[in-house]
Amino acid sequence: MTDAAQNTGPMMAADGTTLKSSLNRALRRQKLRALMLIAPLLIFVLVTFIAPIADMLFRSVENQIVSDTLPSTTDALKDWDSSAGDIPAPEVFDALYTDVFIAQERKLHTRLGSRLNYELTGVSSLFRKSGRKVEDMGEVYQDQFEDLNPFWKDAENWNALMGSDAWLGAQNAWDPKSETAQPAFELREEIVGLLPQTAEVFEIFADFVQNERERNLAKTDPWALVYSAFYDDLRREPDVSSYGGTGAAEMLEAMAAVSSFETVDTTAAFADIDKDWHDVEVWQTIQTYSPHFTSGYFLNAVDMKKSADGPEMRPDNEQIYIKLFVRTLFMSLVITGSCILLGYPVAWILANLPARTANLLMILVLLPFWTSLLVRTSAWKVMLQQQGVINDTLVWLGLVADDSRLALINNQTGTIIAMTHILLPFMILPLYSVMKTIPPSYLRAAKSLGATNWTAFWRVYFPQSVPGIGAGSILVFILSIGYYITPELVGGTTGTFISNRIAYHISSSLNWGLAAALGAILLAVVLGLYWAYDKIVGIDNVKLGG
Amino acid sequence: MADTSNADAFVEFERVQKSYDGENLVVKDLNLSMPKGEFLTMLGPSGSGKTTCLMMLAGFETATHGDIRLDGVSINNIPPHKRGIGMVFQNYALFPHMTVAENLSFPLEVRKMGKSDREAKIMRALDMVQMGDFAGRRPSQLSGGQQQRIALSRALVFEPELVLMDEPLGALDKQLRETLQFEITNLAHDLGITVVYVTHDQTEALTMSDRVAVFDDGRIQQLAPPDKLYEEPENSFVAQFIGENNTLEGKVKEIKDGTALIQLDGGELIDAQPVNVTAAGDRTRVSIRPERVEYNKDRLSADAHTLKAEVLEFIYMGDIFRTRLRVAGTDEFVIKTRNAPDVERLTPGQQIEIGWLPQDCRALDA
Repeated sequence: MTDAAQNTGPMMAADGTTLKSSLNRALRRQKLRALMLIAPLLIFVLVTFIAPIADMLFRSVENQIVSDTLPSTTDALKDWDSSAGDIPAPEVFDALYTDVFIAQERKLHTRLGSRLNYELTGVSSLFRKSGRKVEDMGEVYQDQFEDLNPFWKDAENWNALMGSDAWLGAQNAWDPKSETAQPAFELREEIVGLLPQTAEVFEIFADFVQNERERNLAKTDPWALVYSAFYDDLRREPDVSSYGGTGAAEMLEAMAAVSSFETVDTTAAFADIDKDWHDVEVWQTIQTYSPHFTSGYFLNAVDMKKSADGPEMRPDNEQIYIKLFVRTLFMSLVITGSCILLGYPVAWILANLPARTANLLMILVLLPFWTSLLVRTSAWKVMLQQQGVINDTLVWLGLVADDSRLALINNQTGTIIAMTHILLPFMILPLYSVMKTIPPSYLRAAKSLGATNWTAFWRVYFPQSVPGIGAGSILVFILSIGYYITPELVGGTTGTFISNRIAYHISSSLNWGLAAALGAILLAVVLGLYWAYDKIVGIDNVKLGG
Repeated sequence: MADTSNADAFVEFERVQKSYDGENLVVKDLNLSMPKGEFLTMLGPSGSGKTTCLMMLAGFETATHGDIRLDGVSINNIPPHKRGIGMVFQNYALFPHMTVAENLSFPLEVRKMGKSDREAKIMRALDMVQMGDFAGRRPSQLSGGQQQRIALSRALVFEPELVLMDEPLGALDKQLRETLQFEITNLAHDLGITVVYVTHDQTEALTMSDRVAVFDDGRIQQLAPPDKLYEEPENSFVAQFIGENNTLEGKVKEIKDGTALIQLDGGELIDAQPVNVTAAGDRTRVSIRPERVEYNKDRLSADAHTLKAEVLEFIYMGDIFRTRLRVAGTDEFVIKTRNAPDVERLTPGQQIEIGWLPQDCRALDA
């Protein structure tokens, strides 16, 4: 037969499957088992480390608060030309009224104010003030409708007008004292066509009352905003004759009356609340931060800002972050350097002493690890201050005059001294473990070949200890670049790091977006340096042990 | 005291002592002198002081007492890098971050030699050990044997007159070791260099050396050419340490015409050559090499003393037969017989009589 086994096909296992798939199956079990062993840690790291970092990184560009809180305003602002120098059209102010009204009901306007205040000082109070007063603007219409006919006062009437029959039935049958959920509001279809704005606002209102406030819609009077929208709809003179349900007569009556109503000019009304609403800069800021995502935080993090003409540098007196980044990098380098200088000889001695003595000394090296970081840093405060141990000793020895004691704390010197001490074990340990693997016979060989002690060290021993220096430096540098506690306690103003600024934005100014952007830049710098190190020295040359 | 220095001596140890802790002497009163061009091996069990002696010669350890002279000059206070002594280490000690050529270049560079001279010397040194094609490799890319060849050529490239080798072949397999033993001895003789070689492998010592110094307990037990060392050990330690050896214990009955009559502890009488026994009544250990024991009566002289023996084990080893016997109360008496057509193959349980020539049996210290 022709379908007999072919020699040209893939290798077959005993059971007729291909050898490859059979091998894969055999290996899959091993892989699965390995995966299961690391699964707890993997999940832990994902949940507690990777996810927060991803969230944080997302926050650095996320900007939905503006368009979420002011949906119609940002929409209406799209066509506004900020460079012309005129305030936006009245429709924008109408939209702003709607948005701010809803936002203040939801208590979201202050959050938006704080967000925009990062970009333009004063916006926060502007929104807070507007939130308080915007209600008055709608009450002008509310009062006139209610004066016209008390029908418009009653929540039940509004519900009957706006709600669908099915929902009305369900709502009337619903027992507010029961545990069951309130029937979800549903719009009457003919009304949507007749009074589109009112329907839209009323639906938001109904949703807010039912789902956020969890109150009985039947007992809750509509917002003043609903009356404003109702007025706007009626002014457009829809053909209400087709509607014959509840309130049809009242609606006809109202439509006839609205033309003589007192009106509200939102543009002027907002200016009355705060004249800043007629400031073009406010509107520029709102327009600039309308998109869902923004580079604003990142620009801010490198001392730039968004402007009408694209990104530009901030004025000199507002620039701090680039200086802080440079200072952080520079001081981390100094700390790494001093750790190498202090740690290398110690590691060398440890590696060349008999095991017993070396272990004893190793405990001294590790001792700082077993002391609380806070305690160690506080100890440095005691040591370094002007009336502290070091200054006292120097004065007593006569090296320093009593009236010119050294400033060793609350500046860069303090941070460098304290952090060098704290991070020294991270340099000594990898150095020690690398040096331990360099047999003494190399030095002897070099000397027997005619090298002096120095040449033997520099040309034979040192190159072999470089992987230890590399590992220690990476550890110390990366740790110090993100260090927080020590610079915070002994750094004063000139010795603080970028991390202190990040912490400030996280916990004090609550500008998480900026904190996230600063953190993301820090992360990128570290990864970049790591990459550069790999290119120049080679990451294979890093040894943490054996 | 008299000047014991020898005009021919190139390397000299005079009354050298070494202690690490101030309580125990690792090297006790070492005296050694070797002429130029000699291949001398320091052989001994670990802890016998041989490596310490080498390190003192190289300058990595200082002698607690005594004088070490190189070419007539005391080198006690000369630092290692100025002694100009080549050294080969057990773990090769090739610098891992340098290529083979850079390793060889190192001793020339520290001697401030010009580039063209260096390259010529490096190539010559590499060719000497048939490693000319490996100049660009890293030590880690070489096998153990290749690494040791490079280590050897690095120790020779700056043309030292004295080369020290500290168990250089210890980490290699047997076959490679034998090849390199041969190469090292040839190279040393061709170049006319003086070599001090430390090993604990007695075969290596016997095959390579002009003279062997057997170390034990911080002293040289015997310093002699290999054949003398094997055939005429001067004390029972050397007899035990070098080659295989049968030992019987007893007492000297009489010494007559250069031959001692020994009464073993079991009462049997044997003839032996007195080495360090002087008078009747001395306790002694008698040492006989397994291959010098004869059980074919036709080959023994008529008046030779013989011992009764029982065959315990017969091992066929190809070129030889190895037979374990029960003799004079010991079960560990071994004889070796060449595999020849006329040799009788013994069977366990067989009763035989063994004997030897008196000069093959040495009465040593107890």
